[in-house]
Amino acid sequence: MTDRALVVVRAGALTTVQDRGRPGHAHLGVPRSGALDGPAAALANRLAGNPPDAAVLETTLNGCSVRPRSAVTVAVAGAPCRVTVDGRPVAWGAPVRVRAGSVVDVGAATSGVRAYLAVSGGVAVEPVLGSRSTDLLSGLGPAPVTDGAVLPLGTPREGHAHVDVAPQPAPPDELVLRVTPGPRDDWFTPAAVRTLTSRTYRVSSASNRIGLRTTGPPLERARPEELPSEGLVLGAVQVPPDGTPVVFLADHPTTGGYPVIAVVRPTDLPAAAQATPGTPVRFIAVRRR
Amino acid sequence: MRVLPVGEDALLVEVSSGDEAQALHAELLRRRAEGSLPVGEIVPAARTVLLDGLSDPARLAAELTARELPPAPPRAAQTVEIPVRYDGPDLAQVAAHWGVSAREVARIHAGAAFRVAFCGFAPGFGYLTGLPSRYDVPRRPTPRTAVPAGSVALAGPYTGVYPRSSPGGWQLIGTTDLVLWDHARVPAALLSPGTRVRFVPVATTEPAT
Repeated sequence: MTDRALVVVRAGALTTVQDRGRPGHAHLGVPRSGALDGPAAALANRLAGNPPDAAVLETTLNGCSVRPRSAVTVAVAGAPCRVTVDGRPVAWGAPVRVRAGSVVDVGAATSGVRAYLAVSGGVAVEPVLGSRSTDLLSGLGPAPVTDGAVLPLGTPREGHAHVDVAPQPAPPDELVLRVTPGPRDDWFTPAAVRTLTSRTYRVSSASNRIGLRTTGPPLERARPEELPSEGLVLGAVQVPPDGTPVVFLADHPTTGGYPVIAVVRPTDLPAAAQATPGTPVRFIAVRRR
Repeated sequence: MRVLPVGEDALLVEVSSGDEAQALHAELLRRRAEGSLPVGEIVPAARTVLLDGLSDPARLAAELTARELPPAPPRAAQTVEIPVRYDGPDLAQVAAHWGVSAREVARIHAGAAFRVAFCGFAPGFGYLTGLPSRYDVPRRPTPRTAVPAGSVALAGPYTGVYPRSSPGGWQLIGTTDLVLWDHARVPAALLSPGTRVRFVPVATTEPAT
């Protein structure tokens, strides 16, 4: 009898189950959620022989350790880190065969923030509204992983991936976010719009899966009145009363009452997921395609 | 009506009132249902409707501004009845604000026909409109760190029911045992935009003060 499950030996600072999230329910107040660095999660799945929508573990800064109860293939992508099996170093960013009962350790990120651990068969916790993702804003999906937790695994697909190693972008030394202005750029002074796209901000340590918070020159409002709540998109650059921009990530609220000065191109958001606190951030204005 | 581009594949359609936003939302849902509006999300809010996941937002923006939207046909939507004990800790505060007795707050609130204008804040949390504007109330100066699930609350022009315990700054006027959100149920949300709602008073265990 095979017992397809993972035992969590060390949960790490914040490890969550993530897949491609649950878009399509924003009108009910349900955030989209899903892996913050989607390409890294997809790559880990491909290396482990999984379909791209299989659920993986997303770690934060200091990794995690798991013990599979059956033989599995694992792969780690995203933030570079030391990966070991029973204490012996194995390849990062490549498929690794692991025997039942061995301990897979995803070490602290040597750069970047979030590593993705894919296990053949995928993490098979019960889906909520079509997704297994942990949503830290609304509390939908499984709770963040804890020491000793047992996570069920799905059935692996036949055959393996045809890649042994795959190129991955390095975590950014400087985070460049291309933005299109609006929808509420007219709620700010012209100087504020220039400030956003010409000065350098830094990633704040208050950043999380909901938003990339920044420190830097505050943006002055031209209209001081309250904005009635309106729908928010992924990548919206919202400006709260303190004037420093917040870039909304996967667990963002579906509506909000602070003006959105610009929107980041979705293809630039995976890099935002890997930018450590203190990383310089530049917002570059681009035209709509 | 103003159509504002949002990033590269979304539009924010802004109108001048909550009623217009509800009519626009109904019309956009109708178009999506008949297959003429391919869109990922339609998110109504106080004065806007967000259309996210559009393949050609520029063309839709031109079309929306060129064409007058017809008024929404009255929908034969079902009415959700929410049984309420009008026993909230802010009932006296709201009564003072309205210049009526606590008993009268319950009578006025239960007498109004509500509609879910939009959802947000938490899964299944609806912003309900239906009270005349003279009954608008401010938020509490200091939000509570924990508002119990099932709390019926007022803020500005809206009534809301907390689907689960969360921090909140709304004025609490009552409590319901109805489960507003259950992800194991289909549909998970009892209230979605457009749903009609009535609050039905039930006996309180203690007399309201």
